[in-house]
Amino acid sequence: MLEIENVSRSFGKNRVLDGVSFTVGDGRMTGFVGGNGAGKTTTMRIILGVLASDTGTVTLDGTRLTPADRALFGYMPEERGLYPKMKVAEQIVYLGRLHGMSASAAKASTDDLLERLGLGERANATVESLSLGNQQRAQIAAALVHDPSVLVLDEPFSGLDPMAVETVQTVLTEHAATGVPVLFSSHQLDIVERICDDLVVIAGGTIRAQGSREELREQHSEARYEIDLAHDAGWVREMPGVRVVELDGDYAVFEVDRGAPGESSQPGQSSQQGQSSQQGQDAAQAVLRRALETGPVRRFAPVLPTLSQIFKEVVR
Amino acid sequence: MSADTRTTRPARPAALSAVQGTRLVASREISMRLRSKAFLISTGILLVVVLGSIVASGIFAANAGAPKVAVVPQTAPLVTGLGDRLDITQAATVADAEQLVRDGDVEAAIVLPGTVEGATPAAGTGSTGTTGTTGTTGTPGGPEAAYEVLALSDTPTTVVSLLSLAPPVQLLEPGDSDGFLAYIVGIAFGIVFFMAAVTFGSTIAQSVVEEKQTRVVEILLSTINARELLAGKVLGNSVLAFGQTALIGLAAVLGLATTGQSGLLGLLGPAIAWFVVFFVFGFVLIAALYSASAALVSRQEDVGSVTSPVTTLVMLPYFLVIFFNSNETVMAVMSYIPFSAPIGMPLRLFLGDAEWWEPLVSLVILLATTAVVVVIGSRIYANSLLRTGPRVKLADALKG
Repeated sequence: MLEIENVSRSFGKNRVLDGVSFTVGDGRMTGFVGGNGAGKTTTMRIILGVLASDTGTVTLDGTRLTPADRALFGYMPEERGLYPKMKVAEQIVYLGRLHGMSASAAKASTDDLLERLGLGERANATVESLSLGNQQRAQIAAALVHDPSVLVLDEPFSGLDPMAVETVQTVLTEHAATGVPVLFSSHQLDIVERICDDLVVIAGGTIRAQGSREELREQHSEARYEIDLAHDAGWVREMPGVRVVELDGDYAVFEVDRGAPGESSQPGQSSQQGQSSQQGQDAAQAVLRRALETGPVRRFAPVLPTLSQIFKEVVR
Repeated sequence: MSADTRTTRPARPAALSAVQGTRLVASREISMRLRSKAFLISTGILLVVVLGSIVASGIFAANAGAPKVAVVPQTAPLVTGLGDRLDITQAATVADAEQLVRDGDVEAAIVLPGTVEGATPAAGTGSTGTTGTTGTTGTPGGPEAAYEVLALSDTPTTVVSLLSLAPPVQLLEPGDSDGFLAYIVGIAFGIVFFMAAVTFGSTIAQSVVEEKQTRVVEILLSTINARELLAGKVLGNSVLAFGQTALIGLAAVLGLATTGQSGLLGLLGPAIAWFVVFFVFGFVLIAALYSASAALVSRQEDVGSVTSPVTTLVMLPYFLVIFFNSNETVMAVMSYIPFSAPIGMPLRLFLGDAEWWEPLVSLVILLATTAVVVVIGSRIYANSLLRTGPRVKLADALKG
């Protein structure tokens, strides 16, 4: 488990990170989201030791990181960088060897990765001759070549077409499945939503929310429910403690009372959301009971907010 | 990293030692350079030029031996004793001899005084028709007859001196070698050092900025530290610089030996040996300066302006040696200043102007300077590598 604890960093008078703490669990794909200038890249650079923090620590499984530990990390910097005039495979082998691999192991790993990333045919092309999407894949291969102990990727999906996103996603989840903590940032919240296990939201240099994807969606749900009946749903409007948001024949979306949404963003605090939440749930259950009494119910479910809704809410 | 969480994984490689990292970076620098066509072609051209000029000078020296002169029957006896030092053509008449001169077939014609119409006496020579010393040959058996040397536009000094009686000369402080050779040797050292420093110095500078511009440096710095990266770059390019210079040196030695100019080789030997020693450390000094200054900028377009002070530092001794190679004071100062010592000290040793201990003192100064510059340079380098955008201020780079 990678643990970032109370990390702060200033550039001149500008405080870029302020007491940043979060964890990246073993085998967890952890999405790191935040607006431009929120501090994502600085945090990642500090994890990699490319940049020093003013205060705070970064530990892996409880021990402070040494340069030797960090040499085993895989890193994909925000601004893509490979030697333009070097051949793809040669370059990835070189980086693998810088990470401490033997020449033959680096070669074998490079061939395997390029094949999995669909770049096998371009292995002997120079990087500058590749399309942007293929350069991106090469960059991912460079981060993965040495079978890293921790993977830190800054915007790994930017500039990729949907097919490439899928390829890269597969390779990354496979790697995470071997028990490696994976931290990746992205602006494409739909992709993050699809593939992340955990989520960390940063804004203005502070962590605004963190937890598993489900936990966060649960916490930030507006206590909205949808119900799809086999008959007209107009009666839902008359139920006590219920506000109908949308009504379309057999289908209705309604809200019930709940503690101020977004009041707490820490996991494990949802039980403290008070009585209004309990009342709201009772109201929703009452709707379901009535529906079942009147006829078959095709669907009844809480409506969970999308990641971008949560994101907008917590960074506000 | 605890073993328990990942016991099923194959063992990860151990991190590189500083030496391994440096060596890896150096070998990449070398292999990329050796693969560059521009580098191979320019090295090839340089070798051809060096070999060509040595061979040409050999051929020139072999042919330049005897000046060609024409004689008329009346003056032929004058040159009877000079057959091995003059290439003599017999002309039937004065007009024929004059024509040979005009056609450029001979350098000069030796004729009786007053037999050529419309010729002007050259300044500083004996006047036509007199029997002064100029016209009197010291050759044994030569009659004491007056004659003239006829040439096209310039006084043929070699011919004149062969026909003249030179007064004996005594030297109070004879030098070890002649000034012209010293000039040539000085310039040769100057050119070799200057070329290697500028070529490979700017190669390092470009390679530093390439890594900064493409941001590959972020990945590199997550594996090895900035000092190892810098050391690898300097080492790689130093090996290339020494390799190229050694190749040129070898070509020069082979050229001199095969064209029968090996006498010069023996004279130059010790100076070349010292030059190599000074070159090695002097180059590291300059490489450190180039890489530190290049690290301040983020774009290839800015490399030229940011490294121009260093280039000037390297050019200065080259010009000094051209203009002041015979000025002992300037050369003595040059031989102690670290930037010019690689040129100045070997030259003074070649001229026999330096005591035995002087190169050692100069070398110590050079080593100390190199050490200080490498420490400061790597600090600037490490502090500037991740600062992209506008040029980093030197003070900021030093502070970190």
